[in-house]
Amino acid sequence: MAQGMSTRQLIQRLLLLVLVMFGFGFALVPIYEVMCQAFGINGKTAGAYQGEQTVDEARQVRVQFLATNAADMVWEFQPLADEVAVHPGAVSEMRFVAFNPTDKPMTAQAIPSVAPSKAAAFFHKTECFCFTQQVLQPGERIEMPVRFIVDRDLPADVRHLTLAYTLFDITARKPPVPVAGR
Amino acid sequence: MSAVIDHGHTDHAHGPAKGLMRWVLTTNHKDIGTMYLWFSFAMFLLGGSMAMVIRAELFQPGLQIVQPEFFNQMTTMHGLIMVFGAVMPAFVGLANWMIPLMIGAPDMALPRMNNFSFWLLPAAFGMLVSTLFSEGGGPNFGWTFYAPLSTTYAPESVTFFIFAVHLMGISSIMGAINVVATILNLRAPGMTLMKMPLFVWTWLITAFLLIAVMPVLAGCVTMMLMDIHFGTSFFSAAGGGDPVLFQHVFWFFGHPEVYIMILPAFGAVSSIIPAFARKPLFGYTSMVYATASIAFLSFIVWAHHMFTVGIPLTGELFFMYATMLIAVPTGVKVFNWVSTMWQGSMTFEAPMLFAVAFVILFTIGGFSGLMLAIAPADFQYHDTYFVVAHFHYVLVPGAIFGIFASAYYWLPKWTGHMYDETLAKLHFWMSFIGMNLAFFPMHFVGLAGMPRRIPDYNLQFADFNMVSSVGAFTFGATQFLFLFIVIKCIRGGKPAPAKPWDGAEGLEWTVPSPAPYHTFSTPPDVK
Repeated sequence: MAQGMSTRQLIQRLLLLVLVMFGFGFALVPIYEVMCQAFGINGKTAGAYQGEQTVDEARQVRVQFLATNAADMVWEFQPLADEVAVHPGAVSEMRFVAFNPTDKPMTAQAIPSVAPSKAAAFFHKTECFCFTQQVLQPGERIEMPVRFIVDRDLPADVRHLTLAYTLFDITARKPPVPVAGR
Repeated sequence: MSAVIDHGHTDHAHGPAKGLMRWVLTTNHKDIGTMYLWFSFAMFLLGGSMAMVIRAELFQPGLQIVQPEFFNQMTTMHGLIMVFGAVMPAFVGLANWMIPLMIGAPDMALPRMNNFSFWLLPAAFGMLVSTLFSEGGGPNFGWTFYAPLSTTYAPESVTFFIFAVHLMGISSIMGAINVVATILNLRAPGMTLMKMPLFVWTWLITAFLLIAVMPVLAGCVTMMLMDIHFGTSFFSAAGGGDPVLFQHVFWFFGHPEVYIMILPAFGAVSSIIPAFARKPLFGYTSMVYATASIAFLSFIVWAHHMFTVGIPLTGELFFMYATMLIAVPTGVKVFNWVSTMWQGSMTFEAPMLFAVAFVILFTIGGFSGLMLAIAPADFQYHDTYFVVAHFHYVLVPGAIFGIFASAYYWLPKWTGHMYDETLAKLHFWMSFIGMNLAFFPMHFVGLAGMPRRIPDYNLQFADFNMVSSVGAFTFGATQFLFLFIVIKCIRGGKPAPAKPWDGAEGLEWTVPSPAPYHTFSTPPDVK
């Protein structure tokens, strides 16, 4: 098959293949993101709510909240309530409290995850503290809202959802900028 | 084309250079093959001595000999050294020695690059092994180096580990490019693709696997490097990355990698069994297609290593069935080997003993692989000694017995002497018994729930672990016998004829033993 190809041409093509595969390794990162979003796997929640905004009064779904600290995180972090009952299609809100007990300003990032994973694609956050990084001054306490809609198309056998947040300390990566008048 | 085969005259004019610089500067495929094989054997002993530390600690429950931190470094380095330092360079060494001889080429296509790919390896492994003596210790995150164990929680030496992986990756890629160029462009006239010995075929396919996945491994460790030092978060959830992504990238490399370690052994055994059964290989064409199918399937099964991370049901089903599909081409190969032996006039010299044991024991490893492929059952087996038993059954009597079989089969060609058959048979039986004693009980303790990579275990596993350790010590000590046999064979012994095995076929047996420094300077005529 390659009988007509000189060794130089062959090497060039093989080296090109090496470069393409090196790039492919990195391309796996966005591919993975897209796959997780598209299939709602890995607890990645869906994007903006597209469906009709009518509320399905007949159906009720329990949404449970979990707040976890990553291994080296020292903040106090918890939801105001452990769970709420919501109707699909209705906008609901829950507040999470974070408190920085240390004597230095810190930056944190919350990462959400929804279980069961097949329900993740039917869970829409319209506002979330996880969209931004949180900076807390020493001893500061804030309430952080998350507003969400459970899709009317949520599979019928799902009666119970869990929204879990893990809070990471990213102070080293994003040093908190001192904010005047705060 | 009748005025060929006159390659006796010029051979003596260009003998090897003298002294150490012969080995440093050589571009001769036989010299480089020899260096690869010796390097691989040194790494085999080093990685093996780490296995001895592991088995000594696991001889009894409780902590006796080493601390858990050091035990973790031993399991990690044992895996890395055996995979990248022992098995892969051994096959590259065999490829260097045998592929030009088998296809009638004067040398590899890119001899200088060949020299460079070899000499990168001592640098890579020197650096990797030196981390054991650094403050904080060497890599301790398992040979699969899952993030965040290998990023956020890694010892400082992880950067040296990453650089070492880069070097060995470059070495493998260059070696693979060399093999592809040699096979596609340097075949003797008349040596069509479908006339090539299967060892050449399996190496061609292996080389393409290497070219396809070693860059992905390089990308994977580069992402780790960036996460650790340059503030990216590919694998860090805190910055929007995902540790599960690491496992996908790693196993996209890792699964083809396990076939990289076994396909050349398939090829070698496909030469050896016909030679000692004195029958042509049964189903040559199906062997070629089966190898290609295995290589293709190896790219679409990687997530079977990750059934327990929480992939969706559809994914588990796909990867489960795709994995089981690999049993079909593998079964084709096993049945072809058995059919080759069927009604053959078999004799059992050392290469054949290793080759027959390869077929039987590799099949056992394949069956436990099928068990692991069953997604619901894998939740029980995951990360237990059952997995350890499985991959040691495919790697020790698979890859390593394949290498031993090849070594005995071609030693007369390399050295010009016959090896000591009695000692070689002793080496086989001690290895066979030791290896089965070491790894068979691991199936039982694994099914009963003993986790891998832990220096201590529950009392109920004590007896089986002691048996395993005795077997491992036997297997380990026996390898010094192999070293002795090889040295004895190099230094002397019954002179080997050009074709020491009466059933053997192939161009390599048309040149004298030992093979002259330069062979096939004029291409042979292949009918």
